[in-house]
Amino acid sequence: MSAITQDSLNVGDELPPLTMPEITRTTLALFAGASGDHNPIHIDIDVARKAGMTDVFAQGMLPMAYLGRFLTDWAPQASLRQFSSRFTAITDLGDRITCTGKVVEKLERDGEKLVRLELTAANQSGDTKLAGEALVALDA
Amino acid sequence: MIDRKHVGLELDPLTVEVEKGRLRFFAKVTGQSDPVYVDEDAAKAAGYRSLLAPPTFLFSLELENPEPFKLFEILGVDLNRILHGEQAFSYERPVCAGDTITLRQRVMDIFDKKDGALEFIVANTTATNQRGEKVGSATKTVVVRN
Repeated sequence: MSAITQDSLNVGDELPPLTMPEITRTTLALFAGASGDHNPIHIDIDVARKAGMTDVFAQGMLPMAYLGRFLTDWAPQASLRQFSSRFTAITDLGDRITCTGKVVEKLERDGEKLVRLELTAANQSGDTKLAGEALVALDA
Repeated sequence: MIDRKHVGLELDPLTVEVEKGRLRFFAKVTGQSDPVYVDEDAAKAAGYRSLLAPPTFLFSLELENPEPFKLFEILGVDLNRILHGEQAFSYERPVCAGDTITLRQRVMDIFDKKDGALEFIVANTTATNQRGEKVGSATKTVVVRN
């Protein structure tokens, strides 16, 4: 992985986007097992309907895991200091999530050079599902 | 309304092992192609003890709790009314397969909006490894629709 430096980045620079495959029932079942989120509302349509939903829907941590992968595709995980996101809408079956991010600030903290990234996970219609932020430490 | 006396409540610490198979499974489902998440030799070559746990995995470790929804039981919150509003992580050291992580969860805040129609629970979990080193923390905000 080529090292990204803070000097080489400017506010407004965009990260290479990542588009994930369509979310299916299989995706949700496998992610339930892999993530440990066994809440049946995401995998059992009967439970989802009883809760007033029309169908099962994605665990919020699924698109956040995609965003995590998007970040670590860009910079090694060891440089990640903070990572957060707001779940702004439910991610549905059939959604194809695209992760995008851009540099919004260059800063220095505790002797480290950092960039603050604004992150978005949105579906194929452009509906934002997650709005996130990350602080990444970089070489000068 | 949730009793505000629960602000400051600490749950019993939970100690969990980070399993290699689970990390590979997680990497597969998220399409993670970087070998440090799936190939132990590559992880070691990159300076890690073993396979690296991905950035959101602390949340999964919390779910290893045999009673993952204990907090909501104590607070008297119906699981069908909750939504995950926000999730934040901070990182200090890598978490790798074979690590034994101790999680300590504490209720940081409980507040409401829209005259109590929505309540918010903010809970922070700190994670330390088998050497007693802090590896990071996870903060979740859960929205309760009353």
